[in-house]
Amino acid sequence: MPENFISIALAGNPNCGKSTIFNAITGAHQHVGNYPGITVEKKEGFAASDGQSVKVIDLPGTYSLTAYSLEERVARRVLLNERPNVVIDIADAGTLDRHLYLAVQLMEMGIPFVLGLNMMDEARQKGISINLELLSKRLGIPVVPTVGRTGEGVRELLAVACRTAREHAGHPWRPRRLSYGPDLDVALVEMVSLIEKQSFLTALFPARWIALKYLEADSEIIRIGRGADEKTSSALENMVQEVTGHLSQTLETYPEAVISDYRYGYISALLRDGVVSSPENARNRMAFSEKIDKVLTQRLIGPIVMLAVMYLMYKVTFSVGEIPMGWIQAFFGWLAEFVDGIMPDGLVKSLVVSGVIEGVGGLFGFVPLIVVVFLFIAVLDDSGYMARIAYMLDRIFHFFGLHGCSVMPFIISGGIAGGCAVPGIMATRTLRSSKERLATILTAPFFSCGAKLPVFLLISAVFFPERGPLVMFLLTLAGWLVALLIARLLRSTVISGAGTPFVMELPPYRLPTLKGVLIHTWERTFAYIKKAGTVVLAITIVIWAAMTYPRLPAAESAKYASDEEMQMAALRHSIAGRIGVALENVTQYAGFDWRGNIALIGGFGAKEVIVSTLGTAYSLSGNEEENNENLIQRIREDQHWRDNTPAAISFLLFVLLYSPCFMAVVVIAKEAGSWRWGLFSVIFNTLVAFAASVVIYQVGRLL
Amino acid sequence: MMHNTAMPAQAEEHPRAVELKDMAVGESGSVVRICAVGELGRRIRDMGIIPGSRLCVTGRAPLNDPLTIRLRGYTLSLRGSEAAYILVEPD
Repeated sequence: MPENFISIALAGNPNCGKSTIFNAITGAHQHVGNYPGITVEKKEGFAASDGQSVKVIDLPGTYSLTAYSLEERVARRVLLNERPNVVIDIADAGTLDRHLYLAVQLMEMGIPFVLGLNMMDEARQKGISINLELLSKRLGIPVVPTVGRTGEGVRELLAVACRTAREHAGHPWRPRRLSYGPDLDVALVEMVSLIEKQSFLTALFPARWIALKYLEADSEIIRIGRGADEKTSSALENMVQEVTGHLSQTLETYPEAVISDYRYGYISALLRDGVVSSPENARNRMAFSEKIDKVLTQRLIGPIVMLAVMYLMYKVTFSVGEIPMGWIQAFFGWLAEFVDGIMPDGLVKSLVVSGVIEGVGGLFGFVPLIVVVFLFIAVLDDSGYMARIAYMLDRIFHFFGLHGCSVMPFIISGGIAGGCAVPGIMATRTLRSSKERLATILTAPFFSCGAKLPVFLLISAVFFPERGPLVMFLLTLAGWLVALLIARLLRSTVISGAGTPFVMELPPYRLPTLKGVLIHTWERTFAYIKKAGTVVLAITIVIWAAMTYPRLPAAESAKYASDEEMQMAALRHSIAGRIGVALENVTQYAGFDWRGNIALIGGFGAKEVIVSTLGTAYSLSGNEEENNENLIQRIREDQHWRDNTPAAISFLLFVLLYSPCFMAVVVIAKEAGSWRWGLFSVIFNTLVAFAASVVIYQVGRLL
Repeated sequence: MMHNTAMPAQAEEHPRAVELKDMAVGESGSVVRICAVGELGRRIRDMGIIPGSRLCVTGRAPLNDPLTIRLRGYTLSLRGSEAAYILVEPD
């Protein structure tokens, strides 16, 4: 053990309040969710207990420590590779027996751990009483009751964990020797003796645990084993095969099932004879949740309420979010004007005003919208309703080759207009199947994210004045339709194959805490602001450069009567302008002229850029707010756009569907694990968008 | 030292056993057999469904699938196609 600090890993099932305990221990800001498996990332925090420094690692919430899901693999790797000094296993006191399944697996691993019995208040309310002393004695480990929400017992839990770490310091892990019945016990003994004799992986894992994992047919451990010592590994595999054959003949079962049966048997033996006593009316909270579910997931009322909730979110986001959005836009408008006034004319000014202030200002303008969207999502998530949405929609999503859990990433991405694909794609980590996850990642950019909204607003203001909300709603629906159809297409072609079990816990409804919701919202918003501050700033500058260089020769620029006309000519002369003009050959079929093309190229950097680029392309300059009105006027009068409704619809669709912005592509590549998928989304989405636009435009012109 | 473990219930002949997916809302029973293997089997057991577990069907999603069951003091949802692997002897 390092002398300076004790490392503690926090383990536990999803929805057991583990994150709340983590916050209480470290004071660190992080998400507390009700959605199974929301914390996939490894989170660390520091704390002190009686002068002892402590490092706490928050493991992903898992039900088990098999190699079933990403979360489980992550949790297990941290335990085995980083070897924390002690584990705190958090269990929901109200559903102790299921939670102990994880504890038993920690015992099998042999890692020192203590049990935190969380949500003792809820358990008490239910009338459940737990004989802590007896439980601790039978488990052979310390048990500390806690209430994460109030912080009750958390200090003591930490102190007990530190004490346990000190007691076990310097000792090797001692796997608990559970019995798994006569057949497996014999096999285990033989396997362990072989493992020890050959020193097979024993530097990495305890021998008995290795044998157990081989019996469980754990793909990850077997892979490591084969890599380390092919011969011993195959000898072990033969032994497993033998006992498997025997079990299947005599009991019609297989080792993995037998092992888990005995684990549960062990748990019920632990809890027997008055460790847990619950009166007949103990199902208080569950009964309460069930009553709510009777209404909220009812055949008819359920979907109506769900749609109403989504529509309400949508409405409130815009009516409330727009107010501070106006302030921020006004501020950046003022800032641009101010800088415009104090700086000498020239390239630097153009870079600062058109590049930096407009680019970053555009992104910050969306912060209020994002705050409201994330506030809603945090409330839905923490209350337990999000899991019900997944439950109600799974039937539909499953049909399209997705998973009920794809709902949340879609909603965050802009399934309710105003999201952002970046956090949306990150939210796909809750999905357990790589195939469904990949399909969700690749289709998330099709939604009406917040950055596309100003374009939609602009174009609707030009062509469909007074009908903006309807256009927005139809585009949101179009996003859903395309995402689902493309998901189905992808799942039956490039990412075909069977899906993952849906088997998902519906956590009891809980009133979200203000603190939890605020932390959650702040974290997501901060991630967005960071994006504004870094990558997007860089890309804005690159795109600014593409739209500025090469510059118009002085002789040329003298020809233009007004500054605005000169700027337009300069834009046409720039790299972006030339590409835009060249692309007209192709994009004419979809009804875009060179101005639209440049704007769309700029939109690859960030979709917000589309509107400001259109502004430049229509030779506007200066104050943004006046500009919007002017731009609407300009586009309305432009000969390309005039009375060209098919071109407008085609442009809207293209903006909705074409290549994800640069930032989203980076995240796609990272989350999908390969740059190939990032590149795929750029090309594939643009092709999809182009196909849709051409069809709409050509059909529209015929009508 | 070996710890005491209860003998798990064995899958014997259960003529009354039905697939979980065919149970009506409100019906309860005891699991007699999990026919799933591999990942699904593991997931089902991880969530506490093993031979001998008591469960009660508490609801169905608006489109009839997935369904929800209550067991071990919590609520679990699973698809009908997955529930088909769980044999239950209704009370």
